[in-house]
Amino acid sequence: MRKRGKQTWYYEHSIYLNASATVVGPKEAQGPLAATFDKTYDKLHCEENNWELAERRLMKNSIDICLNKGNKTKEQVDLLLAGDLLNQNVTSNYVARSLSIPFLCMFGACSTSMETLAIGSALVDAGFADHIIAATSSHNATAERQFRYPTEYGGQKPDTATCTATGGGAGLVSKEKSVIRIECATIGKVMDYGTKDPFDMGSAMAPAAYDTIKTHFEDTGRNPAYYDLIVTGDLSSVGSPILKDMLKEDGYNMEKVHNDCGLMLYNSDQKVFAGGSGCASSALVTYGHIVQALQEGRYNKVFIVATGALMNPIMIQQKESIPSIAHGVVLMREEGVS
Amino acid sequence: MKDKFNQQNYDQTVKEYQPKPNVLWNCIKAFIVGGSICLLGQFLTEFYMNVLDMTESQAANPTITTLIFLSALLTGIGVYDRIGQFAGAGSAVPITGFANSITSAALEHKSEGLVLGVATNLFKLAGSVIVFGVVSAYVVGLIRYTIQSFL
Repeated sequence: MRKRGKQTWYYEHSIYLNASATVVGPKEAQGPLAATFDKTYDKLHCEENNWELAERRLMKNSIDICLNKGNKTKEQVDLLLAGDLLNQNVTSNYVARSLSIPFLCMFGACSTSMETLAIGSALVDAGFADHIIAATSSHNATAERQFRYPTEYGGQKPDTATCTATGGGAGLVSKEKSVIRIECATIGKVMDYGTKDPFDMGSAMAPAAYDTIKTHFEDTGRNPAYYDLIVTGDLSSVGSPILKDMLKEDGYNMEKVHNDCGLMLYNSDQKVFAGGSGCASSALVTYGHIVQALQEGRYNKVFIVATGALMNPIMIQQKESIPSIAHGVVLMREEGVS
Repeated sequence: MKDKFNQQNYDQTVKEYQPKPNVLWNCIKAFIVGGSICLLGQFLTEFYMNVLDMTESQAANPTITTLIFLSALLTGIGVYDRIGQFAGAGSAVPITGFANSITSAALEHKSEGLVLGVATNLFKLAGSVIVFGVVSAYVVGLIRYTIQSFL
């Protein structure tokens, strides 16, 4: 049975993540996960003339490298699922324009990485596609322009703010056997606990992550100890402890297994306020560090919960609160596969 | 989830998780940086008065122009936003902050062309300052005129 409990999908066939790729900007390349990225740029402009082109290049690069690593040509890919943070998902749409792969555009804010992976896997499982690519990207400067102020504006940000990660990540999914199996996914509900501060997404998103993780445990009958690692996308140093305390009230102790992608991406001296955020945050850590650790056998079971603040600057100005969502995907190491 | 976190009191509950801004230290930083900018302005005024033989009112314009130029330059080379993060109101309130808001918007929207990009967005941040500046000047002027005409 594919559906278990209320929100969890088990893939009936064995679905695999055959290859993945990550491309990053300068700040991420200086972080502790530098060695896990496939390509790095030392300038935020990524050899392009404007920020939007730079972000497009990051996503395009990640897809190209991913295809290369998976030994597939784009003609062999049946479907591309992608999304980003910009209005009308321009990065994804313009990258898809250059690829001529059938395309589904998605928006889940920073939860897009797992949204595309979960739905892509479901479509492969159901036989609608043999090979799919799930991709996402974010760029610090395009996000600043979209959601906040011009890049060089000298406004002061509070310590609860997060710093949008610059990067693109892509994964290739099919039924072809490889080391990493995509076992199940939990689709989240939109949660809104009424916070209104766009400079504190961690507090806004913690309830969404809480709800998805709790539902996942209920649907699957698992508990935190079942996993080697449970990561959230970009809850920051503010949202992470909130999440852990929320789950503690329900009797789930996350202390030993939880980490946050936005905190894993950067060193503590890198001036990213409360941590990294953006679609790239969870994508870079998943498609880089986690994939490699699963391949090497350092992890066996990982639950990735990508968190997205469905924030719109105009809604904030109209005094609305920030709705959030979180989608989780379970990646498992398949023994006996080279 | 039982007591601590519920939708009604969430905003209050999470306050303890959010780092508190250090108001005193922020005030000191703003005072030092804002004061230094004003000190530089005073130095420039003295320079124009003593070296270029201007009166105090004549020296005001080149002083402001020089500060605007320096702010725009620092914005262009990517330094002013770092000063702003450190100083807060200290670098936002003086004329240099105004210049930064205009220059940063111009730089940001260069990619959309001169008319619809730079020109349209130039006062995106500074526009509200101008609107409230003009409106409050008008109101204060009216009050002053009314009082004067009764005295």
